[in-house]
Amino acid sequence: MNTVIRVVLPQHLRTLARVTGPVELAVVGVPTQRAVLDALEARYPVLRGTVRDHGTLRRRSFVRFFACEQDLSHDPPDTPLPEAVAAGREPFLIIGAMAGG
Amino acid sequence: MSGVRVLVGTRKGAFVLSSDGTRERWDVAGPHFPGWEIYHVAGSPADPDRLYASQTSGWFGQVVQRSDDGGVSWAPVGNEFGYDGVPGTHQWYDGTPHPWEFARVWHLEPASTDPDLVYAGVEDAALFRSVDGGRTWQELSGLRGHGSGPRWQPGAGGMCLHTIILDPRDPGRIVTAISAAGVFRTDDAGKTWRPTNRGLHSGGIPDPDAEVGHCVHNLAMHPSRPDVLFMQKHWDVMRSDDGGESWREISGDLPTDFGFPIAVHAHEPDTVYVVPITSDSHHFPPEGKLRVYRSRTGGDEWEPLTTGLPQRDCYVNVLRDAMAVDSLDECGVYFGTTGGQVYVSADAGDSWTPIVRDLPAVLSVEVQTLV
Repeated sequence: MNTVIRVVLPQHLRTLARVTGPVELAVVGVPTQRAVLDALEARYPVLRGTVRDHGTLRRRSFVRFFACEQDLSHDPPDTPLPEAVAAGREPFLIIGAMAGG
Repeated sequence: MSGVRVLVGTRKGAFVLSSDGTRERWDVAGPHFPGWEIYHVAGSPADPDRLYASQTSGWFGQVVQRSDDGGVSWAPVGNEFGYDGVPGTHQWYDGTPHPWEFARVWHLEPASTDPDLVYAGVEDAALFRSVDGGRTWQELSGLRGHGSGPRWQPGAGGMCLHTIILDPRDPGRIVTAISAAGVFRTDDAGKTWRPTNRGLHSGGIPDPDAEVGHCVHNLAMHPSRPDVLFMQKHWDVMRSDDGGESWREISGDLPTDFGFPIAVHAHEPDTVYVVPITSDSHHFPPEGKLRVYRSRTGGDEWEPLTTGLPQRDCYVNVLRDAMAVDSLDECGVYFGTTGGQVYVSADAGDSWTPIVRDLPAVLSVEVQTLV
Protein backbone atom coordinates (compact mmCIF):
# COMPACT_ATOMS: atom_id res chain seq x y z
CA MET A 1 0.00 0.00 0.00
CA ASN A 2 1.30 3.47 -0.89
CA THR A 3 1.07 6.32 1.60
CA VAL A 4 1.66 9.94 0.62
CA ILE A 5 3.73 11.82 3.19
CA ARG A 6 4.12 15.58 3.15
CA VAL A 7 7.69 16.63 3.94
CA VAL A 8 8.72 20.20 4.75
CA LEU A 9 12.39 20.90 4.04
CA PRO A 10 14.52 23.70 5.50
CA GLN A 11 15.22 26.58 3.15
CA HIS A 12 18.74 25.53 2.16
CA LEU A 13 17.58 22.06 1.19
CA ARG A 14 14.60 23.45 -0.75
CA THR A 15 17.11 25.53 -2.70
CA LEU A 16 19.29 22.50 -3.39
CA ALA A 17 16.29 20.39 -4.43
CA ARG A 18 14.86 23.28 -6.45
CA VAL A 19 11.46 23.13 -4.78
CA THR A 20 9.53 25.99 -3.25
CA GLY A 21 7.12 24.30 -0.84
CA PRO A 22 6.39 20.98 0.87
CA VAL A 23 7.14 17.86 -1.16
CA GLU A 24 4.81 14.89 -1.32
CA LEU A 25 6.43 11.50 -1.29
CA ALA A 26 4.82 8.13 -1.92
CA VAL A 27 6.02 5.61 0.64
CA VAL A 28 5.46 1.90 0.27
CA GLY A 29 4.34 0.04 3.39
CA VAL A 30 4.37 1.41 6.92
CA PRO A 31 5.78 4.96 6.83
CA THR A 32 8.90 5.34 8.94
CA GLN A 33 11.74 7.89 9.07
CA ARG A 34 13.88 5.54 7.03
CA ALA A 35 11.18 4.99 4.40
CA VAL A 36 10.49 8.71 4.07
CA LEU A 37 14.17 9.63 3.81
CA ASP A 38 14.79 6.83 1.33
CA ALA A 39 11.94 8.19 -0.81
CA LEU A 40 13.20 11.75 -0.41
CA GLU A 41 16.72 10.87 -1.52
CA ALA A 42 15.42 8.76 -4.40
CA ARG A 43 13.34 11.70 -5.69
CA TYR A 44 16.05 14.29 -5.00
CA PRO A 45 19.48 12.64 -5.22
CA VAL A 46 21.12 16.02 -4.54
CA LEU A 47 19.95 15.69 -0.93
CA ARG A 48 21.99 12.54 -0.33
CA GLY A 49 24.50 13.31 2.38
CA THR A 50 22.74 16.49 3.54
CA VAL A 51 20.18 14.99 5.97
CA ARG A 52 21.86 11.65 6.66
CA ASP A 53 25.53 10.82 6.33
CA HIS A 54 26.59 8.81 3.32
CA GLY A 55 27.28 5.21 4.19
CA THR A 56 26.06 5.08 7.78
CA LEU A 57 22.74 6.82 6.96
CA ARG A 58 22.84 8.35 10.43
CA ARG A 59 21.03 11.65 10.91
CA ARG A 60 23.45 14.55 10.71
CA SER A 61 24.05 16.05 14.13
CA PHE A 62 22.38 19.42 13.50
CA VAL A 63 19.35 18.06 11.64
CA ARG A 64 16.12 17.41 13.52
CA PHE A 65 12.86 15.61 12.62
CA PHE A 66 9.66 17.07 14.04
CA ALA A 67 6.00 16.09 13.57
CA CYS A 68 2.80 16.65 15.52
CA GLU A 69 4.71 18.93 17.91
CA GLN A 70 7.03 16.07 18.85
CA ASP A 71 10.78 15.72 18.34
CA LEU A 72 11.22 12.39 16.53
CA SER A 73 14.95 12.91 15.95
CA HIS A 74 16.06 10.28 18.43
CA ASP A 75 13.50 7.62 17.46
CA PRO A 76 14.96 4.52 15.84
CA PRO A 77 14.68 5.00 12.05
CA ASP A 78 12.24 2.12 11.63
CA THR A 79 9.72 3.43 14.17
CA PRO A 80 6.34 4.05 12.48
CA LEU A 81 5.59 7.76 12.06
CA PRO A 82 2.59 9.23 13.93
CA GLU A 83 -0.79 8.30 12.46
CA ALA A 84 -1.55 11.93 11.54
CA VAL A 85 1.61 12.04 9.39
CA ALA A 86 0.81 8.69 7.80
CA ALA A 87 -2.71 9.92 7.06
CA GLY A 88 -1.38 13.07 5.42
CA ARG A 89 -2.98 15.45 7.94
CA GLU A 90 0.35 16.60 9.41
CA PRO A 91 3.69 17.13 7.66
CA PHE A 92 7.03 15.55 8.53
CA LEU A 93 9.36 18.46 9.25
CA ILE A 94 13.11 18.35 8.56
CA ILE A 95 14.72 21.15 10.55
CA GLY A 96 18.14 22.70 10.77
CA ALA A 97 18.76 22.74 14.52
CA MET A 98 19.06 26.09 16.25
CA ALA A 99 22.81 26.13 16.73
CA GLY A 100 23.95 29.61 15.91
CA GLY A 101 24.94 30.99 12.52
CA MET B 1 40.25 41.70 -24.94
CA SER B 2 41.92 40.22 -21.92
CA GLY B 3 40.30 40.24 -18.53
CA VAL B 4 40.20 38.62 -15.14
CA ARG B 5 37.64 36.74 -13.12
CA VAL B 6 38.18 36.69 -9.36
CA LEU B 7 36.51 33.77 -7.58
CA VAL B 8 35.78 34.58 -3.95
CA GLY B 9 34.61 32.10 -1.32
CA THR B 10 33.15 33.57 1.88
CA ARG B 11 31.47 32.46 5.08
CA LYS B 12 28.09 33.20 3.52
CA GLY B 13 28.33 32.52 -0.20
CA ALA B 14 30.47 32.83 -3.32
CA PHE B 15 31.09 35.93 -5.40
CA VAL B 16 32.51 36.35 -8.89
CA LEU B 17 34.29 39.65 -9.56
CA SER B 18 35.02 40.46 -13.20
CA SER B 19 37.02 43.16 -14.93
CA ASP B 20 38.84 43.85 -18.15
CA GLY B 21 42.62 43.93 -18.29
CA THR B 22 42.82 47.39 -16.74
CA ARG B 23 41.37 45.95 -13.50
CA GLU B 24 39.80 49.31 -12.69
CA ARG B 25 36.04 48.76 -13.00
CA TRP B 26 34.49 45.65 -11.57
CA ASP B 27 31.28 43.71 -11.98
CA VAL B 28 30.27 41.89 -8.79
CA ALA B 29 28.04 38.80 -9.16
CA GLY B 30 26.65 36.91 -6.20
CA PRO B 31 26.12 35.74 -3.64
CA HIS B 32 25.97 32.28 -5.12
CA PHE B 33 24.84 29.65 -2.58
CA PRO B 34 23.85 32.35 -0.06
CA GLY B 35 24.15 31.38 3.57
CA TRP B 36 26.62 28.51 2.96
CA GLU B 37 30.31 28.53 3.71
CA ILE B 38 32.23 28.47 0.45
CA TYR B 39 35.68 27.25 1.30
CA HIS B 40 37.06 27.40 -2.21
CA VAL B 41 36.14 28.20 -5.80
CA ALA B 42 38.57 27.21 -8.52
CA GLY B 43 38.64 27.36 -12.32
CA SER B 44 40.03 24.78 -14.68
CA PRO B 45 43.18 25.87 -16.52
CA ALA B 46 42.06 23.55 -19.34
CA ASP B 47 38.67 25.23 -19.74
CA PRO B 48 38.14 28.59 -18.04
CA ASP B 49 34.36 28.18 -18.15
CA ARG B 50 34.62 25.11 -15.91
CA LEU B 51 34.52 26.09 -12.24
CA TYR B 52 34.25 24.02 -9.09
CA ALA B 53 33.06 25.25 -5.70
CA SER B 54 33.15 23.67 -2.25
CA GLN B 55 29.89 24.53 -0.49
CA THR B 56 29.65 23.41 3.13
CA SER B 57 27.45 23.75 6.17
CA GLY B 58 27.64 22.52 9.72
CA TRP B 59 23.99 21.54 9.37
CA PHE B 60 23.76 19.98 5.93
CA GLY B 61 27.30 18.84 5.17
CA GLN B 62 29.21 19.03 1.92
CA VAL B 63 28.02 19.95 -1.55
CA VAL B 64 30.30 20.34 -4.55
CA GLN B 65 28.99 22.70 -7.22
CA ARG B 66 30.13 22.87 -10.82
CA SER B 67 29.69 25.56 -13.43
CA ASP B 68 30.23 25.05 -17.15
CA ASP B 69 29.63 28.67 -18.11
CA GLY B 70 32.12 30.65 -16.08
CA GLY B 71 30.02 30.91 -12.95
CA VAL B 72 26.73 32.13 -14.42
CA SER B 73 24.90 28.90 -13.59
CA TRP B 74 25.80 26.05 -11.26
CA ALA B 75 24.72 22.48 -10.59
CA PRO B 76 25.61 20.15 -7.74
CA VAL B 77 27.84 17.18 -8.54
CA GLY B 78 29.01 14.36 -6.29
CA ASN B 79 29.37 14.91 -2.56
CA GLU B 80 30.31 11.43 -1.35
CA PHE B 81 33.86 11.42 0.02
CA GLY B 82 34.29 7.94 1.39
CA TYR B 83 37.64 7.04 2.91
CA ASP B 84 39.22 4.00 1.35
CA GLY B 85 38.90 0.85 3.50
CA VAL B 86 38.88 1.06 7.28
CA PRO B 87 39.68 4.72 7.94
CA GLY B 88 41.75 4.16 11.10
CA THR B 89 42.62 6.87 13.58
CA HIS B 90 44.68 10.03 13.88
CA GLN B 91 45.48 11.91 17.08
CA TRP B 92 42.84 14.13 18.62
CA TYR B 93 43.68 17.46 20.27
CA ASP B 94 44.26 15.68 23.57
CA GLY B 95 46.55 13.10 22.00
CA THR B 96 44.05 10.24 22.05
CA PRO B 97 43.27 8.23 18.90
CA HIS B 98 40.32 9.65 16.96
CA PRO B 99 38.59 8.00 13.99
CA TRP B 100 39.00 9.70 10.63
CA GLU B 101 35.74 11.56 9.87
CA PHE B 102 34.98 13.55 6.75
CA ALA B 103 34.00 17.14 7.53
CA ARG B 104 34.43 19.30 4.42
CA VAL B 105 36.41 20.08 1.29
CA TRP B 106 38.95 22.83 1.93
CA HIS B 107 40.56 23.08 -1.49
CA LEU B 108 39.81 22.07 -5.06
CA GLU B 109 42.62 21.83 -7.59
CA PRO B 110 41.57 21.29 -11.22
CA ALA B 111 44.25 19.74 -13.44
CA SER B 112 45.83 21.76 -16.22
CA THR B 113 45.17 19.19 -18.92
CA ASP B 114 41.60 17.94 -18.47
CA PRO B 115 38.63 19.91 -17.10
CA ASP B 116 37.09 16.72 -15.72
CA LEU B 117 40.16 15.88 -13.63
CA VAL B 118 40.09 17.63 -10.27
CA TYR B 119 41.61 17.00 -6.86
CA ALA B 120 40.01 17.77 -3.50
CA GLY B 121 41.82 18.30 -0.21
CA VAL B 122 39.54 17.50 2.69
CA GLU B 123 39.16 17.52 6.48
CA ASP B 124 39.90 15.08 8.11
CA ALA B 125 43.00 15.20 6.00
CA ALA B 126 42.94 13.19 2.81
CA LEU B 127 43.30 13.72 -0.92
CA PHE B 128 40.51 12.74 -3.32
CA ARG B 129 40.46 12.72 -7.11
CA SER B 130 37.61 12.91 -9.58
CA VAL B 131 38.08 11.99 -13.23
CA ASP B 132 34.47 12.68 -14.21
CA GLY B 133 34.04 16.36 -13.48
CA GLY B 134 33.22 15.89 -9.80
CA ARG B 135 30.46 13.30 -10.14
CA THR B 136 32.42 10.69 -8.19
CA TRP B 137 35.44 10.94 -5.90
CA GLN B 138 38.11 8.37 -5.09
CA GLU B 139 40.59 8.71 -2.27
CA LEU B 140 44.32 8.53 -3.02
CA SER B 141 44.67 6.56 0.16
CA GLY B 142 48.40 5.98 -0.03
CA LEU B 143 48.75 9.40 1.59
CA ARG B 144 46.89 8.47 4.78
CA GLY B 145 48.25 4.95 4.59
CA HIS B 146 51.97 5.57 4.21
CA GLY B 147 52.55 5.14 7.94
CA SER B 148 52.60 8.47 9.76
CA GLY B 149 48.83 9.10 9.64
CA PRO B 150 48.13 7.85 13.17
CA ARG B 151 50.51 10.58 14.44
CA TRP B 152 48.82 13.47 12.63
CA GLN B 153 47.03 15.97 14.83
CA PRO B 154 44.55 18.73 13.89
CA GLY B 155 45.52 22.38 13.89
CA ALA B 156 43.20 24.93 15.46
CA GLY B 157 41.12 25.04 12.28
CA GLY B 158 40.77 21.27 11.98
CA MET B 159 42.93 18.61 10.39
CA CYS B 160 42.71 19.78 6.83
CA LEU B 161 44.54 19.08 3.61
CA HIS B 162 44.57 22.63 2.27
CA THR B 163 47.26 22.83 -0.42
CA ILE B 164 47.61 20.75 -3.58
CA ILE B 165 50.44 21.53 -6.00
CA LEU B 166 50.44 19.71 -9.32
CA ASP B 167 53.86 19.63 -11.00
CA PRO B 168 53.46 20.96 -14.55
CA ARG B 169 56.45 18.87 -15.75
CA ASP B 170 55.38 15.60 -14.32
CA PRO B 171 51.77 14.45 -13.78
CA GLY B 172 53.05 11.90 -11.29
CA ARG B 173 54.33 14.47 -8.82
CA ILE B 174 51.88 16.05 -6.38
CA VAL B 175 52.84 18.01 -3.29
CA THR B 176 50.25 18.47 -0.54
CA ALA B 177 50.23 20.22 2.81
CA ILE B 178 48.24 19.34 5.91
CA SER B 179 47.65 21.23 9.14
CA ALA B 180 49.15 20.09 11.42
CA ALA B 181 51.06 17.27 9.81
CA GLY B 182 53.28 18.94 7.21
CA VAL B 183 54.21 18.46 3.56
CA PHE B 184 53.83 15.16 1.72
CA ARG B 185 54.90 14.29 -1.81
CA THR B 186 54.09 11.57 -4.29
CA ASP B 187 56.10 10.87 -7.44
CA ASP B 188 53.82 8.14 -8.78
CA ALA B 189 50.50 9.96 -9.18
CA GLY B 190 49.32 9.30 -5.65
CA LYS B 191 50.10 5.63 -5.08
CA THR B 192 52.90 6.16 -2.60
CA TRP B 193 53.70 9.16 -0.44
CA ARG B 194 56.35 10.31 1.98
CA PRO B 195 56.74 13.25 4.34
CA THR B 196 59.02 16.00 3.01
CA ASN B 197 59.57 18.20 6.05
CA ARG B 198 63.34 18.13 6.56
CA GLY B 199 64.51 21.54 7.71
CA LEU B 200 61.24 22.59 9.29
CA HIS B 201 61.52 23.56 12.93
CA SER B 202 58.34 24.03 14.96
CA GLY B 203 58.44 25.11 18.56
CA GLY B 204 54.94 23.94 19.38
CA ILE B 205 55.57 20.22 19.04
CA PRO B 206 57.51 17.89 21.35
CA ASP B 207 60.28 17.24 18.83
CA PRO B 208 60.74 20.52 16.93
CA ASP B 209 62.42 18.73 14.00
CA ALA B 210 60.00 15.81 13.80
CA GLU B 211 59.31 14.05 10.53
CA VAL B 212 55.62 15.05 10.77
CA GLY B 213 53.55 17.33 12.96
CA HIS B 214 54.39 20.74 11.46
CA CYS B 215 51.58 23.23 10.99
CA VAL B 216 52.19 24.25 7.39
CA HIS B 217 49.74 26.98 6.42
CA ASN B 218 50.26 27.30 2.68
CA LEU B 219 52.65 26.51 -0.19
CA ALA B 220 53.30 28.27 -3.50
CA MET B 221 55.18 27.32 -6.65
CA HIS B 222 56.01 29.09 -9.88
CA PRO B 223 55.14 26.84 -12.83
CA SER B 224 58.43 27.57 -14.61
CA ARG B 225 60.43 26.27 -11.64
CA PRO B 226 58.51 23.43 -9.99
CA ASP B 227 61.36 22.37 -7.72
CA VAL B 228 61.26 25.69 -5.90
CA LEU B 229 58.54 25.74 -3.26
CA PHE B 230 57.70 28.58 -0.90
CA MET B 231 55.98 27.95 2.42
CA GLN B 232 54.19 30.02 5.01
CA LYS B 233 54.34 27.91 8.14
CA HIS B 234 52.51 28.63 11.41
CA TRP B 235 55.68 30.51 12.27
CA ASP B 236 58.47 30.88 9.67
CA VAL B 237 58.52 31.52 5.95
CA MET B 238 60.46 28.73 4.27
CA ARG B 239 61.86 27.77 0.87
CA SER B 240 62.83 24.52 -0.80
CA ASP B 241 64.95 24.30 -3.94
CA ASP B 242 64.65 20.55 -4.31
CA GLY B 243 60.93 19.83 -4.49
CA GLY B 244 60.53 19.70 -0.72
CA GLU B 245 63.44 17.37 0.04
CA SER B 246 64.86 20.06 2.30
CA TRP B 247 63.72 23.46 3.54
CA ARG B 248 65.48 26.60 4.74
CA GLU B 249 64.10 29.66 6.44
CA ILE B 250 63.72 32.87 4.41
CA SER B 251 61.81 34.99 6.95
CA GLY B 252 64.71 37.47 6.95
CA ASP B 253 63.62 40.97 7.90
CA LEU B 254 59.85 40.38 8.08
CA PRO B 255 58.24 42.12 11.07
CA THR B 256 56.71 38.76 12.05
CA ASP B 257 56.97 35.45 10.26
CA PHE B 258 53.54 34.23 11.33
CA GLY B 259 50.87 34.30 8.62
CA PHE B 260 48.67 32.25 6.38
CA PRO B 261 48.89 32.77 2.58
CA ILE B 262 51.93 32.90 0.29
CA ALA B 263 51.98 33.61 -3.44
CA VAL B 264 54.50 33.93 -6.26
CA HIS B 265 54.50 36.60 -8.99
CA ALA B 266 53.27 35.22 -12.33
CA HIS B 267 56.36 36.26 -14.30
CA GLU B 268 59.11 36.60 -11.69
CA PRO B 269 59.74 33.27 -9.95
CA ASP B 270 61.76 34.93 -7.18
CA THR B 271 59.12 37.52 -6.32
CA VAL B 272 57.09 36.28 -3.37
CA TYR B 273 54.23 37.77 -1.34
CA VAL B 274 53.17 37.17 2.26
CA VAL B 275 50.89 38.94 4.73
CA PRO B 276 52.56 39.02 8.16
CA ILE B 277 50.18 38.52 11.06
CA THR B 278 51.07 39.41 14.63
CA SER B 279 51.06 35.94 16.18
CA ASP B 280 49.12 32.73 16.63
CA SER B 281 47.28 34.31 19.54
CA HIS B 282 46.68 37.65 17.75
CA HIS B 283 45.29 36.91 14.32
CA PHE B 284 45.56 40.46 13.01
CA PRO B 285 48.29 42.58 11.40
CA PRO B 286 51.01 44.13 13.56
CA GLU B 287 50.27 47.68 14.78
CA GLY B 288 46.85 47.67 13.08
CA LYS B 289 48.57 48.20 9.69
CA LEU B 290 47.60 45.92 6.82
CA ARG B 291 50.81 45.31 4.92
CA VAL B 292 51.67 42.86 2.19
CA TYR B 293 55.38 42.08 2.13
CA ARG B 294 57.17 41.38 -1.12
CA SER B 295 60.54 39.80 -1.64
CA ARG B 296 62.16 40.18 -5.06
CA THR B 297 65.08 37.99 -4.05
CA GLY B 298 63.30 34.72 -3.35
CA GLY B 299 63.13 35.49 0.37
CA ASP B 300 65.22 36.92 3.20
CA GLU B 301 64.84 40.55 2.04
CA TRP B 302 61.29 41.89 2.22
CA GLU B 303 59.66 45.26 1.55
CA PRO B 304 56.31 46.42 2.93
CA LEU B 305 53.61 47.28 0.40
CA THR B 306 51.19 49.75 1.94
CA THR B 307 49.87 52.14 -0.70
CA GLY B 308 46.10 51.93 -0.66
CA LEU B 309 45.95 49.57 2.31
CA PRO B 310 44.66 50.71 5.73
CA GLN B 311 47.58 51.81 7.91
CA ARG B 312 45.70 52.32 11.14
CA ASP B 313 43.02 50.52 13.16
CA CYS B 314 42.99 47.47 10.90
CA TYR B 315 42.48 44.14 12.65
CA VAL B 316 41.47 41.74 9.91
CA ASN B 317 43.13 38.47 8.99
CA VAL B 318 44.00 37.03 5.58
CA LEU B 319 43.38 33.30 5.45
CA ARG B 320 45.58 30.71 3.77
CA ASP B 321 43.70 30.37 0.48
CA ALA B 322 42.79 34.05 0.20
CA MET B 323 45.64 35.38 -1.96
CA ALA B 324 46.24 34.85 -5.68
CA VAL B 325 47.90 36.36 -8.73
CA ASP B 326 46.78 36.83 -12.32
CA SER B 327 49.09 36.38 -15.32
CA LEU B 328 48.44 39.58 -17.26
CA ASP B 329 51.57 41.38 -18.50
CA GLU B 330 51.59 43.53 -15.37
CA CYS B 331 50.99 40.86 -12.76
CA GLY B 332 47.92 41.47 -10.62
CA VAL B 333 47.87 40.44 -6.96
CA TYR B 334 44.65 39.88 -5.01
CA PHE B 335 43.73 39.08 -1.45
CA GLY B 336 40.61 38.91 0.68
CA THR B 337 40.20 39.58 4.39
CA THR B 338 38.10 38.31 7.23
CA GLY B 339 36.58 41.81 7.25
CA GLY B 340 35.08 41.22 3.82
CA GLN B 341 37.41 43.34 1.69
CA VAL B 342 38.95 42.05 -1.52
CA TYR B 343 41.95 44.12 -2.63
CA VAL B 344 43.57 44.21 -6.05
CA SER B 345 46.96 45.48 -7.08
CA ALA B 346 47.31 45.84 -10.84
CA ASP B 347 51.01 46.73 -10.50
CA ALA B 348 52.49 43.71 -8.76
CA GLY B 349 51.80 45.03 -5.28
CA ASP B 350 53.00 48.64 -5.57
CA SER B 351 49.50 50.02 -4.98
CA TRP B 352 46.19 48.53 -3.88
CA THR B 353 42.49 49.26 -4.33
CA PRO B 354 39.50 47.55 -2.73
CA ILE B 355 37.28 45.84 -5.29
CA VAL B 356 34.62 45.26 -2.62
CA ARG B 357 34.61 46.31 1.02
CA ASP B 358 31.72 44.59 2.71
CA LEU B 359 31.48 40.94 1.76
CA PRO B 360 31.16 38.27 4.45
CA ALA B 361 34.49 37.05 5.83
CA VAL B 362 36.61 35.91 2.89
CA LEU B 363 37.82 32.31 2.98
CA SER B 364 39.41 32.03 -0.44
CA VAL B 365 40.42 34.05 -3.50
CA GLU B 366 41.40 32.62 -6.86
CA VAL B 367 41.95 34.45 -10.14
CA GLN B 368 41.39 33.39 -13.70
CA THR B 369 43.19 35.30 -16.42
CA LEU B 370 40.93 35.39 -19.48
CA VAL B 371 42.32 36.01 -22.96
